[in-house]
Amino acid sequence: MHQIQRSKTLWILFFITPGLLVVGVFILLPLFMSLFNSLFSWKQLVRLDFVGLDNFRRLLTTFPYQERFFNALGNNLTWFLSTTLIQNTLGLMFGYLLSRNLPGAQFFKRVFFIPVLFSIVAVGFLWGMYLKPSGLVNSFLELAGLASLQRPWLGLEHLATPSIIMVNIWRWVGFPSLVFLAAIDNVPQECMEAAYLEGTGEWKLFWKIIFPLIIPSITIITVLTIIGSLNVFEQIYTMTGLDGAPNYSTDTIGTLFYRTAFGSIDAGSPEIGIGSAIGLVIYMLTFTVSLLSIFVTRKREVQL
Amino acid sequence: MITDFRYRGASTGKKLFISLAIFVMLLYVLLILYPLINMVLSSFKDNRAILTTPFSLPEEFSFSTYKTVWIDKGFSRYFANSLLVTTISMALVLLFGSMASYGISRYTYRLNTLVYMLFLSGIMLPLKAAIIPLFLLIKTLGLINKPLSVILIFMAMGLPSTVFILAGFMKGIPLELEYAAKIDGCNDFAIYRRVVMPMVAPAIALVTIYNAVPIWNDFFFPLVFLQSDKVKTLPVGLSTFFGQHSTNWSLLFTGLSIAILPMLVLYLFMSKYFIKGMTAGAVK
Repeated sequence: MHQIQRSKTLWILFFITPGLLVVGVFILLPLFMSLFNSLFSWKQLVRLDFVGLDNFRRLLTTFPYQERFFNALGNNLTWFLSTTLIQNTLGLMFGYLLSRNLPGAQFFKRVFFIPVLFSIVAVGFLWGMYLKPSGLVNSFLELAGLASLQRPWLGLEHLATPSIIMVNIWRWVGFPSLVFLAAIDNVPQECMEAAYLEGTGEWKLFWKIIFPLIIPSITIITVLTIIGSLNVFEQIYTMTGLDGAPNYSTDTIGTLFYRTAFGSIDAGSPEIGIGSAIGLVIYMLTFTVSLLSIFVTRKREVQL
Repeated sequence: MITDFRYRGASTGKKLFISLAIFVMLLYVLLILYPLINMVLSSFKDNRAILTTPFSLPEEFSFSTYKTVWIDKGFSRYFANSLLVTTISMALVLLFGSMASYGISRYTYRLNTLVYMLFLSGIMLPLKAAIIPLFLLIKTLGLINKPLSVILIFMAMGLPSTVFILAGFMKGIPLELEYAAKIDGCNDFAIYRRVVMPMVAPAIALVTIYNAVPIWNDFFFPLVFLQSDKVKTLPVGLSTFFGQHSTNWSLLFTGLSIAILPMLVLYLFMSKYFIKGMTAGAVK
């Protein structure tokens, strides 16, 4: 019996150790290192004194960190709100229409998903060229007789972030569309048919039957949107550059974090202390949102 | 199904609604496809033609810019590097991920849940946020400019979701099969390999696409760790290329086409799997 128990333990160790080692060294250890590093002052890559929460205080209250940080955070919020409002609403609409098998549904479904597969970098560079003053977008406006609407899309402070967000929506819309489509397809057909035969209108059918039943996937998409918005980096890097030009108007937590960690905010040298503090803020925001979403979906599952 | 949107037998109002819906969707199809078509057409034009007649067809289809980009500008190397890094990371993610899933789902022991939770925590912790300690770690290990650096990180990136999906599937396999194999004299590894793995093959296909696409496309980690031109992956190579040739639009569109088209061709043949795989994390 003892023998069997021991061989079982060995087998378990054999199966889980390699994976656990990778996750431990490259996910969990860096988390604790970030926490540790954020409590020290740094000179380049050399750790100096223990300073407690001073890095966080500097990040949140002193120039230029405070200004850059809240500016970037505000832009991330803009990303989240516009993505939810435009991309996810469009996705819900497309998903709903596709679920009703209208003519060409299979074709639409496949085409909408195409850009989701492309690298953000390629998409960013492509649209970065199209949005240049002499690019395709302005050429199209001229062709359509709307030359007065031509703009240097990525060069104006109030237009740069919305333009980049639109490009990102172009890339992503197929994703929520097909997730919502799958969710609506899972709504029991009897419910739909019964309501339909009773002559329930489309509008009511959607809001009273479909919508309440797909709330779990709406939660998931919202969580993924929050996490995605916090992760925005490549889009800015490829279209307006690491500095979030013009005048930091497209700066996000991701680009600010990168500049702080590798080549710094306004000055030029890496700042590990402040960088780790920003990293921890990203950690905490993502982790809280993920936990919250698990909690919310669990609760709802019980209700259903 | 009776709830389908069909023209036949529909009222005028409904026909109008269906037509409008199709029109909007066709418009969106155009919005997706035209920029891609324009990209490919522009790659055959010279700079002047791209700027002065952006909507016209190219005068001739010469592949000379493709040859320049693919060979002289190193895209063949970037492509090979991406292929190497993605293949190795994926193979290891699948091996270690399926082993861990087996170790979690097919045995009962006290720390079982804890191990599972450790893996799952990776889903909720963004790896990008850890770039500073990861950089120090990779530097200490002497792996800067070595493909192994990003392979290790991609493994960490892929393992949590792989364990989450595979452990779920493996829990559903009846234990009786395992007992039968044991009586036949199989050891635990043979059961994993010969009994359980073949049964979760569809799930393996799912996690492969779920992870391989983001790994192939990843930019952030190769940007930090692979700075020497010899080891750059496609997205990073593309970025360098854009920095060097910012005014040669003809070359830039060629580079983009080379970066984008292979994925598109693959998708044309396997769209069903791609859609299923990519949405696997959000669809139950």
